[in-house]
Amino acid sequence: MRAYIPGYELVTPTSLNDALKLIAEPGWKPFAGGTDLMVLLESGKLEPRRYINIWPLDELRGIEATPDSITLGALTTYTDVQANQILRKEFPMLCQAASETGGLAIQNRGTIGGNIANASPAADTTPALLAYDAEIELRSKDDSRWLPYQGFHTGYKQMLLRPDELLTRIRLPRNKSGWTHYFRKVGTRKAQAISKVCFSAVAHVHDDRVVDTRLVFGSVAPVVMRCVNVENELRDRVINTDLIKSAGQILRKEIAPIDDIRSSAPYRLQVALNLLTDFLSNLGSQPKH
Amino acid sequence: MARLLDVLREELKLTGTKEGCGEGECGACTVLIDGQIVNSCLVPVAQIEGSNIKTIEGVAQESNLHAVQQAFIDHGGAQCGICTPGMVLAAINLLDRNPTPSESEIRTGLAGNLCRCTGYMKIFESIVKACQSNR
Repeated sequence: MRAYIPGYELVTPTSLNDALKLIAEPGWKPFAGGTDLMVLLESGKLEPRRYINIWPLDELRGIEATPDSITLGALTTYTDVQANQILRKEFPMLCQAASETGGLAIQNRGTIGGNIANASPAADTTPALLAYDAEIELRSKDDSRWLPYQGFHTGYKQMLLRPDELLTRIRLPRNKSGWTHYFRKVGTRKAQAISKVCFSAVAHVHDDRVVDTRLVFGSVAPVVMRCVNVENELRDRVINTDLIKSAGQILRKEIAPIDDIRSSAPYRLQVALNLLTDFLSNLGSQPKH
Repeated sequence: MARLLDVLREELKLTGTKEGCGEGECGACTVLIDGQIVNSCLVPVAQIEGSNIKTIEGVAQESNLHAVQQAFIDHGGAQCGICTPGMVLAAINLLDRNPTPSESEIRTGLAGNLCRCTGYMKIFESIVKACQSNR
């Protein structure tokens, strides 16, 4: 069913401050690249209401680097991500996720901020952001706050974003050089497919011992999920067959994949186990970034 | 709110841009905004103020077809024609960014454009031939 278009209002603010004033009033929602919201609109599932067109706000664009971190404006597109040399070198999983999201036309409009705020458990860049210990900036008319991205999504489509707040920036600490980076998206085809399972993992390994690691899966739980229990099992242990096996047993209990239109729970569980095993089995021989 | 696709087709009568899936999966509605390909079914027209839009109608120079259009004719790159405007624009955009793409780069550049007739091989072949004729 097509949407009744006059039921939607899209207003373009002249500045970020104007946008924050609007969103402080009840009933307004931000509208960025539209690659998710327009699909809902077309299928008649987008709630008729007032939307703020944040796409033209240059204050929400740009990638800035300091020696300690790199900060992305919320409107940074998947194409922008892939073109940035620092991200390519130090955050390759984010670039790979961006290159495997939709096709080029989607990558030109879809934004990293939108991927977070759309809050889909099948998002492809958010596992990489979690693995890279991202922090996010939320701004309202009167204040701003930085939060760890870990814990931001509290349940299916639920998050710690107040109705009067806008996600404005994403910050990545530059502290994963020398770690192994591993990204795999499993879907029906490489482009234009939503993930059945997505896996982003990093590990710092010294003398075959896991010094530290982050293991994040998409599409296996109500939220994109960092598997802390498996990480704890691996930390400070020497990689061997027994450890890989016990990590898999913990993973089985930690994730909760479901049957849906894209895949089945048993398939997702098996793929997640295979990806974890593949990552751990090759630790040490992977290219270091 | 209005979709760029509807404004192009219904108000401006530029019906070369097609509607396929209407949800950003098929690429039939591909147009260029400031030199970047987009799915016009996913773009609210309010977001293109001040932008330069190129549709398939703007590709040929009067009666001179673009090399990609001519190659699609010469090498069977089009059958039913619904995906063709999007394919041609995606191909031209690819060649603007990368005048000598590998087969893998052609496949990636057109990965967001679906065809249900040709099986793609004729389309890829047309783009390769268009590169050769450009040299």
